Parts: sequence; C-alpha cells; structure tokens
Amino acid sequence: MTVLLLAEHDTAAIADATLRALAAARQIGSEVHVLVAGSGAGAVADAAARLDGVARVLLADSENYDQMLAEPVAALLASLADGYDAIVAASTAVGKSVMPRVAALLDVMQVSDVVAVDGPKTFKRPIYAGNAIQTVTSSDATIVATIRTAGFQAAGEGGSAVVEAVSGPEPAALSEFVENFTVTSDRPELTSARVVVSGGRALGSAEAFERLLTPLADALGAAIGASRAAVDAGYAPNTCQVGQTGKIVAPDLYIAAGISGAIQHLAGMKDAKVIVAINSDADAPIFQLADFGLVADIFTALPELTAALEARAR
Amino acid sequence: MKIIVAVKRVVDFNVKVRVKSDGTGVETANVKMSMNPFDEIAVEEALRLREAGVATEVIAVSIGPAQAQETIRTAIAMGADRGILVRTDNAVEPLAVAKVLSALVAEEQPGLVILGKQAIDDDAGQVGQMLSALVGWPVATFASKLVVADGRAEVTREVDGGLQTVEVKLPAVVTTDLRLNQPRYATLPNIMKAKSKRLDDRPLADLGVDAASRLTVLKTEEPPRRKGGIKVGSVAELVEKLRDEAGVL
Repeated sequence: MTVLLLAEHDTAAIADATLRALAAARQIGSEVHVLVAGSGAGAVADAAARLDGVARVLLADSENYDQMLAEPVAALLASLADGYDAIVAASTAVGKSVMPRVAALLDVMQVSDVVAVDGPKTFKRPIYAGNAIQTVTSSDATIVATIRTAGFQAAGEGGSAVVEAVSGPEPAALSEFVENFTVTSDRPELTSARVVVSGGRALGSAEAFERLLTPLADALGAAIGASRAAVDAGYAPNTCQVGQTGKIVAPDLYIAAGISGAIQHLAGMKDAKVIVAINSDADAPIFQLADFGLVADIFTALPELTAALEARAR
Repeated sequence: MKIIVAVKRVVDFNVKVRVKSDGTGVETANVKMSMNPFDEIAVEEALRLREAGVATEVIAVSIGPAQAQETIRTAIAMGADRGILVRTDNAVEPLAVAKVLSALVAEEQPGLVILGKQAIDDDAGQVGQMLSALVGWPVATFASKLVVADGRAEVTREVDGGLQTVEVKLPAVVTTDLRLNQPRYATLPNIMKAKSKRLDDRPLADLGVDAASRLTVLKTEEPPRRKGGIKVGSVAELVEKLRDEAGVL
C-alpha cells in the first residue's frame, strides 16, 4: 500500500494538520509519499523530506498551485493517482475543498473526517455531529480520505526522503485567487493548541469577550475559541468557531465559559482530555460533559481564575 | 440564468439522535425531519439572486424517498419556482448524488448550482465539490458572500485562517457556509401556494445513474461516553483539581 499525502503549507512551513495527517497515512499504508504543491515551496519540500515516515516527496513547483485552489490541485492529484492505493489530506478548508473533487475525478467515494484507521480500507468516522461513530469499508480501487487531525499525533523529524519534481496538467482558467483576509494572531493555533479557552453568548459583548478571555488565555498559553452564538453576535471572529461546522479541537484542557453546550458545539470539543465548564446556569447541558464544573457568574469567576493562574506562575 | 439548489431532508438539527442497539444505524423512525440548515441558506441565496435580477428561475432538487417532497415544498414556499424529486428509497452516497445532479445540470443547463457545505446527518461535505468535477466547472466552497456579475461570481470563502476571495467563471458550483445569509421563513399563504407549483417526481432509475454504494457501513456505534464529572465550589478548588487531579496545569 502506497499512500499519497497532500501537504498544506504557507511556503515557509508545513501545517501542523499535515504533520498529524501523516500519522494516519502511515496507518493506512506502509509507504507514504508527500505532495508539496505551490510556487517557491522548495524549502517546504525539503522539510517534508525530513519527516519521520516519509519515503518520497513530490514537489509541484508552479504558480498554478499558489493558493491551493481546488481546480488545479485536484487535477494535479488526479494525474498522480496512478500507482497510489490511497490519497489523503487533512480535513482543513483546503483538504475539504480539494479532495472530493479528486474523488469524483477518479470516480471513487471519499471517506470524510477519518478519526481512526481500522485497516487499509476500513475507517471510523463521526456522523450526526459526532453523536454516532460509523465504521465503513470501501470497495473502491483507490481510497480518497480526509483526516480529522485532532486525534492523531504530529509526526516528528528523522526521515531522509528524496525530493522529486512533478508537474500536473495545465489548468483551465476556471477560477482566480483575488485576496486573503487573514486574522493574525500570535496565539497558538486553535486546532493544535494544548489549551483552549472558549467563550459563548453569555459574554454579552465583544469588549467583554476580549477583556475576560484574553488575559485568561495569556495566563494559560491558550488559544481562544468561541461558540456559534458568540460568533454570530460579533463577539469573536468566525475563525474562532468551535463545533460541527467550525473547528474540531481536542486539547488537553478545554475551558467553556458561558457556553450552554448545544449539540453542534459539543461536536467540536468533546474529545478534549479535560473539560471545564463555567456557567451560571446549573442546568446547562455542558455540565453533563464537563469533568469539572463551576456554577458561577463568569464575570467574576474568569478574572478570579486568571488571577489565581497568574499568582501561580509568579 | 437558472439556478439549481440542492436540498436534503435530514433529522432536525435540534434532535439528539439515538444509535440503534443492533449497530445498524441511527434511529430515524418517528424523528422530526427538516431541511438541512445549510440548504436553507442555499435556497435563500438563490432567491436573493433572482430578486436582484441575476437569476430568472430557481429550481429546488432533492434526492430521496417520497417524503423528501415536503423538503422541496418548503423550498418552494420560501420562493423557489419549481421542484424536482429524484425518488429512491435507498441510501444514496454523495458521489451518486453528484452524478444525479450532473444529469439534471445537463438537462436544465443552469448557470449556477448552489448547495449547502455539508449535510448535518452524514457530515460528508462532498457533493458540491464532486458535482463540480463531474461537470468540469469551478467550485467555490464555504461561501460567506456571493456577488454575481458579467458571467463571473466573486465568492468570499470562510477558510481556516480568515476569509479568502476567489473569482470563478460561470457556470459554477457554490457551497454555502453559515454566514452567507439569514434564510427567510415561509409564510402561510406561500406554504398554501407552494402546493400548486410544479414538482416533478422522477424515479432515480430514469436518470441512468449508477447509484450503487461504494462504502459499506460495518457498524454504527455510540461515541465513547465521558465519565461523569464533578462540580467544584470555587475557583480555588477548580485550580487545585486541575493541577493535582487532572495534571493539566
């Protein structure tokens, strides 16, 4: 079994999600090749070649793949599919856009959001917002899958693969990149953070969200998340949303502040090792899931918690 | 131009589903069903494009059992011009749905197909992308803003680090994210009127699509349950527990 893994990168470094997807790829097949597509991504390819468990790196260096748009990248992957038993990518915005297009080009079904590999063609995946886990086996010749990375450990260094240049078909001019609006943050990335502090509607305003959660996140070295209600109300940017249709996280510690615990939110965080809920409503569903629950007003409890953590650090 | 909107009948988003004890699936009998929330957003966006004079006709399509008619009627009550039900009692995978839609695209020649970014039952998130590949069109996934003009669509997409704007050539496939719009409610008079609008009921077999499943579900099980937690009395106790018992501080 040879597996082709699509790497995600910013032309400087490989995304953490890809490092985690590599662990899943290694469980699917004995030999893993990594495809690095982009312009000026040579350094990324070299870094990929040093990853533990990578047998070969394919570098498609072309402006066509600059922003990893679905059309050219899917065409490239489909053109390389011969000789691979499986093609996988992390379940990121890029992976989710590109891979189903690849699957259709190869006339195979995709297995989305794999959380466990039970065999080369048998996978576990969550359905119904994570309220059921399905084990599926594929009858297709080529496996196309996206990996839900929260449950897999990031691969380390220790490999010495060869880098080989490849090229794909010249893409038809179907789509064009216009611009990116990136939310910059010096905090840990939400999906790979060890600690996540999340706020909900109860915060009441963007100002309170910032004032209460930022110092707590600073004290813990945590990423900041949010419920859909908080995002819809404009308290936090969309990129912070944790849940079925936002980001899926599985940190060591997840602190839910003023979040009731709707099914759709739980889908994004219930695999955290330790869940803490702080909510003034003792009947909030989040308490059924939380390892440690504190029934308290978040406006007093959060500053108190921040102060206690800061005192400890000193 | 015409717009095709794909809508799916799913277990209502507020229902906490139960896994069947024999592991064959989840309980869907006697459970409230509704239109997939992302598909409501897709219908709304198509209607807005028609109201803006960009589109001339909005066709709501669903694939599934006879009851999926209700979902199409809902789309019509919101304002869609007509519906097509591709009827089958079997479960249909995203690849087969994409093939059915591509057959309908060949018949109807729409300028745009709008779908939800994922269905909240199988959480696959594949159909739009697959359809785009089958018909050779561009795809813009996770749209939070859509502007159509001069044979092109400028689409702002929700991506991991923020937003990305792309421009796609029409015809194209667009999948909707939560923040694209706020879907309207169907009013009672419109629900009544929807009953008399055209809804073609076509057996799946008529479309010449091979809808055989590629994936076999071996079992469906409950996710691992978290063991019950405790309530603490104070912030000090919480910090102590996190440090000493949980070891996460």
